[in-house]
Amino acid sequence: MGPITGLLAQRIALGLLLLFLVSILIFVGTMLLPGDVAQQILGQSATPEAVANLRAELGLNDPPLTRYLEWLGGLLSGDLGTALTSGQSINETVGRRLGNTLFLAFWAAIIAVPLAIFLGLLAVRYLDRWPDKMISATTLTTISMPEFVIGYILMFILGVQLNWFSPTAVGFRPDADLLTRLDSIAIPIMVLTLVVLAHMMRMTRAAILNVMQSAYIETAELKGLSTFTIIRKHAFPNSVSPIVNVVMLNLAYLVVGVVVVEVVFVYPGMGQYLVDHVTKRDLPVVQACGMIFATIYIGLNLVADVVSILTNPRLRHPK
Amino acid sequence: MVDSLIKVRGLTIGATVYPANEKPKDIEIVHGIDFDVAHGKVLGLIGESGAGKSTVGLSTMAYGRGGVRITGGEIWVNGRDILHTPIKDIRNLRGNEVTYVSQSAAASFNPAKPIMEQVIEASVHHGKYSKADAEDRATDLFNQLGLPDPETIGKRYPHQVSGGQLQRCMTALALCPGPDLVIFDEPTTALDVTTQIDVLAAIKRAIKETGVAALYITHDLAVVAQVSDDIMVLKMGDMIEYGSTNQIINTPREDYTRALVSVRSIQHSEQSPEGDAVLTCTNITARYRGTKFDVLHDVSVELFSGQTLAVVGESGSGKSTLARVITGLLPPRDGTIMFDGRKLSADLASRTREDVRELQMIYQMADVAMNPRQTVNTIIGRPLEFYFGLRGAKKRDRVLELLDEIEMGKDYIDRYPAELSGGQKQRVCIARALAAKPKLIICDEVTSALDPLVADGILKLLLNLQKIENVAYLFITHDLATVKAIADSIAVMYQGRVKRYGSKSKVLTPPFDDYTDLLLSSVPKMQLGWLENVLAHRKMESAGN
Repeated sequence: MGPITGLLAQRIALGLLLLFLVSILIFVGTMLLPGDVAQQILGQSATPEAVANLRAELGLNDPPLTRYLEWLGGLLSGDLGTALTSGQSINETVGRRLGNTLFLAFWAAIIAVPLAIFLGLLAVRYLDRWPDKMISATTLTTISMPEFVIGYILMFILGVQLNWFSPTAVGFRPDADLLTRLDSIAIPIMVLTLVVLAHMMRMTRAAILNVMQSAYIETAELKGLSTFTIIRKHAFPNSVSPIVNVVMLNLAYLVVGVVVVEVVFVYPGMGQYLVDHVTKRDLPVVQACGMIFATIYIGLNLVADVVSILTNPRLRHPK
Repeated sequence: MVDSLIKVRGLTIGATVYPANEKPKDIEIVHGIDFDVAHGKVLGLIGESGAGKSTVGLSTMAYGRGGVRITGGEIWVNGRDILHTPIKDIRNLRGNEVTYVSQSAAASFNPAKPIMEQVIEASVHHGKYSKADAEDRATDLFNQLGLPDPETIGKRYPHQVSGGQLQRCMTALALCPGPDLVIFDEPTTALDVTTQIDVLAAIKRAIKETGVAALYITHDLAVVAQVSDDIMVLKMGDMIEYGSTNQIINTPREDYTRALVSVRSIQHSEQSPEGDAVLTCTNITARYRGTKFDVLHDVSVELFSGQTLAVVGESGSGKSTLARVITGLLPPRDGTIMFDGRKLSADLASRTREDVRELQMIYQMADVAMNPRQTVNTIIGRPLEFYFGLRGAKKRDRVLELLDEIEMGKDYIDRYPAELSGGQKQRVCIARALAAKPKLIICDEVTSALDPLVADGILKLLLNLQKIENVAYLFITHDLATVKAIADSIAVMYQGRVKRYGSKSKVLTPPFDDYTDLLLSSVPKMQLGWLENVLAHRKMESAGN
């Protein structure tokens, strides 16, 4: 296990370093945003004195380095800070919101990932024949449409016309029973699935096709195995690494890229929370959301790296 | 022919080719071949690359690589016509009645699965044996094939065993289902000569003990002579000669077969070292970066101008590393290199342009040593431009001169590498090296990838050019026949050390040290019964096991 432990430690250390750099980037980035939260809170009619007082109270006059270090210290001890606009602890709100976002992402992933991989396998099995072409055409069409367009179309047909599912997620309550919750996010799940399907399916197809050129696939063919058995037993295990990479990228997208879908369906997740507070110039919230998204993104890619390392037989079984 | 296992009549095979700047077209690559294989017999298929050997072999499993298709004729296996049978029946034939051993076991094993799982897969899939029975059979076969730790080797992954061992595992894979016919497609070609002999002996023994019939495909007549009952000679998809092994080896009827039997036509009598040494390596010790062991130990060799020093050894002996040290790609830890009377700096970056020009290199794979998007003119012209500042018409004239020297016509000047044959590509690489007017050319396995007859032509050319240009060759090879043909002096390398060094006559005259003896005796000889004879008289085991 010698080389594996070393490689894993290296990846994790790199991930942490990356997070640290991202924290600087997020802090500097939000500092550069135009607008002033004190002005925002007090409104256009506030006196300059009142604004100045509030600025001092909120600590906006401290030097940037001090504020960064305070913020970083808070992050390290698990405290995301306080929302300037509402005065509430960010931890509490984020805890609830993140739970909602993960709930949506989880169900979208449960459907999208197996479906994409299965369609990828199917496309290779019927390479250049009609199933392959149809899968490619359909998934390309759905990925080419902006998600809010798909969102409104599905909302109109499934939600309004057919009335199969609730058209928006307005009524979503985290404490409702599972079926009720699933009903309110059914259409968002479909939209997200359609959006991420093409990328994963095409990468699966390409990764397996790449492996299908190998001499050991010929060996398998000359053993008399059927094409699907060959793909499943010999091609797929050798293409896990690229497939996991693209799956993780898409999972990350399901968490951090759902802003548009959450807004379209009025879903109380992280995306909407972020968008709200960008408009209110509430920097601590924006920064906290940024850090959480970055952590999820880096974490999922770290998982992909780890899986790549663990599925490499040369690393797993050294000479 | 009632009991014939395989009966092939009028077999024609076609392929689709995609020539540059032209429409794809269908060509015929095998033109009507007939042969039979009886139960328990071994038929050798021999010919140069492009002869259609593998294509014919795979056709008995109704399989064509890439765009290859069987276009006509009949193939009968166990009394049924496999060209007019549904894919389901063909799948039942593959890996069951007929199995296949490829040239590169390393590529033919799935890297993600343990060896045992792959060896028994076909037997279990076809329902011939239960998993446990198949594993017992495989273990017996591992034992029979002389693999170390037959009980546990199946648990290992392909990358955990050596090339020679994996080739034997592949043989076990083919024999495990108890097939009627095994196709051996160059099973020993990629192995070192000392490993080849063991694998060859293991295959021969396994064929005898299991009583299986075989198609043995190779370009090496001396190898096939050891295992086959009959031999068929193929050339460009035509059958040239078909007869018993004895007849083909001893009384070949066709000119082409005679050429294959007596392929080495080169006679080069060694020159005694005279004049000034062009290259002197003294006590070279080297290791690769990030490793903790030396791959070269205390290597000292000397090469005189206009002469050839052959560095011979099996893979891992350090011969290519020596070339890397001399060219400056790998600075040695210790030792000095004198070149043409001056000390060469250890790393390439600090060498002068003259140093670089006078020391050229030719590689094994001419294909990848050339930019596929440059014409012959650009490829050969580059050193002319770089070292001598030649341009335009002057450069072209010199390129034409060089093409003449390598015995290629003027028409080739505007061709791309893809439009040249393997031998022609290597000639262009030779011309590119010569263009720099070097004092020394390092030839790294330059004929290993070529067919015997083509390789012979290249060696002749190199010797002629040596006389004209007075260039010295450091000739790295694992092939002793080549060494005998062209060397003036020889260094035998083994595990990073020079085992034996001196003039050709001295090195090749007994008494030998054990390793040189093993190396020399392992070169297949074109005579029946050679294999058994050698194995009976060996002094040491080969390292590849």
